Amino acid sequence: MKSKTADRLATGVFIAIAIIIISILVGLFSYILVNGLKHISWEFLTTPSSNIRAGGGIRDQLFNSFYILLITMIIAVPLGIGGGIYMAEYAKPGKVTDIIRSCIEVLASLPSIVIGMFGLLMFVNITGWGYTILGGALALTVFNLPVIVRVSEDSIRSVPRDLKEASLALGITHWHTIKTVLLPSAFPSILTGIILAAGRVFGEAAALLFTAGLSTPRLDYGNWNPFSAQSPLNIFRPAETLAVHIWSVNTQGLIPDVEEVSNGSAAVLVISVLLFNLLARWIGRLIHKKITATK
Amino acid sequence: MVSALMDKQTGKQAGESESKRNKESILEVNNLEIFYGEKRAVNGISMDIGKNSITALIGPSGCGKSTFLRSINRMNDLIPGARAEGEIIYEDLNILSEQINVVALRKEIGMVFQKPNPFPKSIYENITHALKFAGMKKKSKLDEIVEESLKKAALWEEVKDRLHKSALSLSGGQQQRLCIARTIAMKPTVMLLDEPSSALDPISNAKVEELIIDLKKDYSIIIVTHNMQQASRISDKTAFFLSGDLIEYEATEKIFTNPSVKKTEEYISGRFG
Repeated sequence: MKSKTADRLATGVFIAIAIIIISILVGLFSYILVNGLKHISWEFLTTPSSNIRAGGGIRDQLFNSFYILLITMIIAVPLGIGGGIYMAEYAKPGKVTDIIRSCIEVLASLPSIVIGMFGLLMFVNITGWGYTILGGALALTVFNLPVIVRVSEDSIRSVPRDLKEASLALGITHWHTIKTVLLPSAFPSILTGIILAAGRVFGEAAALLFTAGLSTPRLDYGNWNPFSAQSPLNIFRPAETLAVHIWSVNTQGLIPDVEEVSNGSAAVLVISVLLFNLLARWIGRLIHKKITATK
Repeated sequence: MVSALMDKQTGKQAGESESKRNKESILEVNNLEIFYGEKRAVNGISMDIGKNSITALIGPSGCGKSTFLRSINRMNDLIPGARAEGEIIYEDLNILSEQINVVALRKEIGMVFQKPNPFPKSIYENITHALKFAGMKKKSKLDEIVEESLKKAALWEEVKDRLHKSALSLSGGQQQRLCIARTIAMKPTVMLLDEPSSALDPISNAKVEELIIDLKKDYSIIIVTHNMQQASRISDKTAFFLSGDLIEYEATEKIFTNPSVKKTEEYISGRFG
């Protein structure tokens, strides 16, 4: 085969692959949206779910999903970036570092149901908390942390060495260099990693089944006392998230409108992840502009 | 200043026979050896670096001149497995000593790199970055130093209207002068220049050379260069390195007109390297 033909063939193959990927995505999205959008209404989003009757909404599940995501990120992001900084800047190359790195990789590839079982043991039984938001968030942290560590490490490593040397050569300490030169430069890629991780957390069901539970207590959204059992902000209450809700109405739902509820929930889930991504990217770009003074 | 360089004041080095030291020199290198792991990159060199003068280090790639330069502000500390033996005396202290506060040392011995490496921040912040870290917070004082250092680096006129624009919007030559400006802002005594104009076009190169000559009155400058014309144009003394050895170290004029070692002559006339 002539190299020119081979080149054309390769171009064609890659274009075909791109088309396959895009059509899968478009197909999936339109399927979910076409089936789900018609069930989404203000009422659907703002009424609590029902166990038996038709017409229940997803108010609490939606809130729980965002709240667990928030708590998870509050725990996982500082730990993950800290771990990434350690791996990129402080860990000396050698056996110990290699072992740490393998541990992180193994942790990243654990099936989420296994993490759920581990969470059941650690954060539900041993601690004696029962099913809680905090337990769920900790399980999701275990599931999430390796990804954030890995992304942070890679992003920090990919900052040109020149910049680090420039800062150190001006008589600036290692830590201050990390804080003011390396992290800001690595920020866009760290943010992308965190958004990807957040999307996974938002849609995760298996790790939450046995940690945050399948039920939500009756919530009073006027109650902002985080220690009250009825408060949505209480992190020691069980919380069914949207993804878990989709699973549970489909497997054990008694309501007559299972299909409507699960299709509607699926659409809300997908739209939320999408909006969340766009928003995070937009904020990230603003921050990046501000620190780099680019217009 | 001297005491700030020591983590722990031992007293012994500080009082050591000051009169013995040559007042004309800012750095005194004694039998310096530098290793990367097992490999020796610099083989026991000794030389005095003159105060308020320009010293050029020349030699083929891999001859150890950049390694030597980077040992003067301890940048080699960043390379795993690199270590130095011997002495580099600065203000009566051996700066290779474990007790030297490297951060304080680098404020006094600044460095400009081969590739312009401004921070991805505004022009203004590139200069204030290190000043702020050193504890300078007052806006008026910062403004003043920014202007002063940019003027010294002959960049002020070109950037005064866009100080808060990104430094990456500058041309390569302007970026390199900005890097020199931010080093000047720290008021070092010694400036190490590692092929500062090799990545620049001829016009920017000429500007940077002019600038370096001008800086001589305030700073002691050591410059690594591959450009023979540059070395002969701007430096007062020239050191020729070959495979980790210091072959010849003389007044620039003598090196370029009447070198005493044959290897030096061959290198300068372009017969190898």
